[in-house]
Amino acid sequence: MKWCEYPGYWLGVEAIQNYGCRMFTGLGLTLQLVTISVGLGAIFGLALAIVRLYGPKPIGMIVTGYTTFFRGTPLLAQVFLVYYGGGQFRPTLETLGLWTFFRDAFFCAAFTFTLNTAAYQAEVFRGAIQSVAKGQWEAAEALGMHRFPLFLKVILPQALMVALRPLGNELVIMVKSSAVASLVTLYDLMGATRLAFARSFDLSVYFFAAALYLLIVETIRRVWDMAERRLTRHLHHA
Amino acid sequence: MKRLFRTFATVALLAGSAALAHAQQITEIKIGTEGAYPPFNNLNAKGELEGFEIDYVNALCAKMKVKCTWVAQDWDGIIPALLTKKYDVIAAGMNATDERKKRVDFTTVYSRTPISFIAGKSVTSPDISPAALKGKNIGAQGSTIHANYLEKYYKDSNIKLYPTQEEANLDLKNGRLDYVIADKLALNDFVSGQGKDCCKFVADIKRDPAIHGPGVAMAVRKEDTALRDMLSKAIEESIKDGTHKKVADKWFTISILAD
Amino acid sequence: MEQLLLLLSWGDKGWGDELAAGAAITISLALATLPFGLAFGLVIALMHRANSKILRGIATIYTTIFRGLPELLTLYLVYFGLQIGIQKTWAAFGLPGRLDMPAFVAGMIALGLVLAAFSSEVWVGALNSISRGQREGAFALGLSKRQTFRFVILPQLFRVALPGLGNNWMVLLKETSLVSVIALPDLMFWTGRANVVTKEPFLFFGVACLIYLLFSVSSAAGLSALERRFSRGFAAGGRR
Repeated sequence: MKWCEYPGYWLGVEAIQNYGCRMFTGLGLTLQLVTISVGLGAIFGLALAIVRLYGPKPIGMIVTGYTTFFRGTPLLAQVFLVYYGGGQFRPTLETLGLWTFFRDAFFCAAFTFTLNTAAYQAEVFRGAIQSVAKGQWEAAEALGMHRFPLFLKVILPQALMVALRPLGNELVIMVKSSAVASLVTLYDLMGATRLAFARSFDLSVYFFAAALYLLIVETIRRVWDMAERRLTRHLHHA
Repeated sequence: MKRLFRTFATVALLAGSAALAHAQQITEIKIGTEGAYPPFNNLNAKGELEGFEIDYVNALCAKMKVKCTWVAQDWDGIIPALLTKKYDVIAAGMNATDERKKRVDFTTVYSRTPISFIAGKSVTSPDISPAALKGKNIGAQGSTIHANYLEKYYKDSNIKLYPTQEEANLDLKNGRLDYVIADKLALNDFVSGQGKDCCKFVADIKRDPAIHGPGVAMAVRKEDTALRDMLSKAIEESIKDGTHKKVADKWFTISILAD
Repeated sequence: MEQLLLLLSWGDKGWGDELAAGAAITISLALATLPFGLAFGLVIALMHRANSKILRGIATIYTTIFRGLPELLTLYLVYFGLQIGIQKTWAAFGLPGRLDMPAFVAGMIALGLVLAAFSSEVWVGALNSISRGQREGAFALGLSKRQTFRFVILPQLFRVALPGLGNNWMVLLKETSLVSVIALPDLMFWTGRANVVTKEPFLFFGVACLIYLLFSVSSAAGLSALERRFSRGFAAGGRR
């Protein structure tokens, strides 16, 4: 018996034993998808926030339009738009040499998730950067620092500490939202669970999936809380 | 105390007889279907259900002198919804497989069609063996006999499952899939319609009775034996007196009770 | 272009009326879930702050579960699980006929349970912000516990909780799109149908996104107006 069959065996539920392996593989895919999207989304989101705050006004407005769109529409609609819209525009994508990417469901999902989380993270970063007192800028400038190193060494670290909590929330939200990837042929944890239910009609597979999701979410929450407390420990003793 | 017992007994008796009466006299049937599997059942631009099954089962209801109402349901939840009595019958191009028979009962078969692979027009070889399709992207609708068939025999290919048949067809058209497998008739609707320019039939497969079952039938709950017998009788009569053929000819160009 | 507009038209040939019907279901589902979710969330929040360890424990378990599960999963669990549960109870009582669970109710319950979990956090924050002095003052005036809650605490609660609850509403609006997977004919469902029938995904999903965007933006504007109204006569700190 493989390791992934044990939980079902111990629980005495046949369906979980039969499909447990597929569900664990799905779990791996979920984690992959989320790590890639949130990671890339963080970089993109930070860039968007900086452009919005310090760039020229018209570009700032474009960024605002972007964040409004991706925060104001459901992730499900966005995923379908990219997945099926990508198929519709295949000739254009082929000429641009991008079709091999949009052909793949994993890419479509990761792409959409990245754009989505970047919009939310951009707002978080923007709020965090704005929360750093103006005095910090002024003092650093008085010390003769130039804009770029000033931002990197003085503003950003302080902003990141404020942003830590909401970013953790965003990571958790992304883990949960990734379930919609199962609707575009991806065998993430949700997809594997639906397959298992369709074959076995045993509701306990959904409960098992719920337990797995809770496990991930709680782990992330606790680890993140610990990290946040440690990184902001100098602020708590005020 | 005695009074309480008497009232309770009366109520129980009434409830029991009501249940019995309900079972004996079937005057109304609710039918569940998917609405995403043309030409068997489909939701058109008017927002109505249409298709062979809608016309056929309505004809059967007229014969049986019963009132029939239709309910649309997503495919994944179609059997669970039957079991929780959201409707009484499933008529949705569903094959009577052994796996399903563990949960529900089936009427007489009213359709048995070949199962085929379709592919893009650029595919030249009619070879559809698992070895030939190794590494290819094959699409099917999830929770169907076709999905099970792929899982059993085509382990080396990339199997992709979709919530509806039409989404699989769409992805074949887009080029995300190399092949799609489904009922020949459902695929015919696509290949002669919207898939005209992109796709074509490749080959039929040999039916595996263990996976495919004897054919398409209506599903009822295991305890509704009277309903099942009534429907089976009506189906058999309609095949004998030509009603079945008449409705089928309206929707299909080939016979749907092939052997 | 003409062809595309034709697809969106009202009536038999176009999908415009189906999309509109779907949008109506989306909004009505969100509006139906809102009071149930918020009220239940307040109950959970009160349990969080209760003196009894058991009540606090239940509240914590509840919020952990429903904030931790993907909404899609909660929807499936409620849809299939509650159906089976109700059916078994109905059968156990030996009652004839059926009691089925319409997809709308299943959606409402699932989304309501999730909304309750998230809004309870907001309510707890708001409850914590109301200083003890308010309760003490009410007590001194001779108001009962219930009267205190109704006339003193609750109005202030709304003002503090509004931004957080507003966010909950925005999320709820978007989450309704998930009910399309249980074949509830909301906006997302009809968009999906139109997509497979017409093979024009960009048009239909684009229009759907715009409709959701319309809902979001008008909600945001409405919430701002509400916040302004609730803050009438309240001198916020640092407003200079």
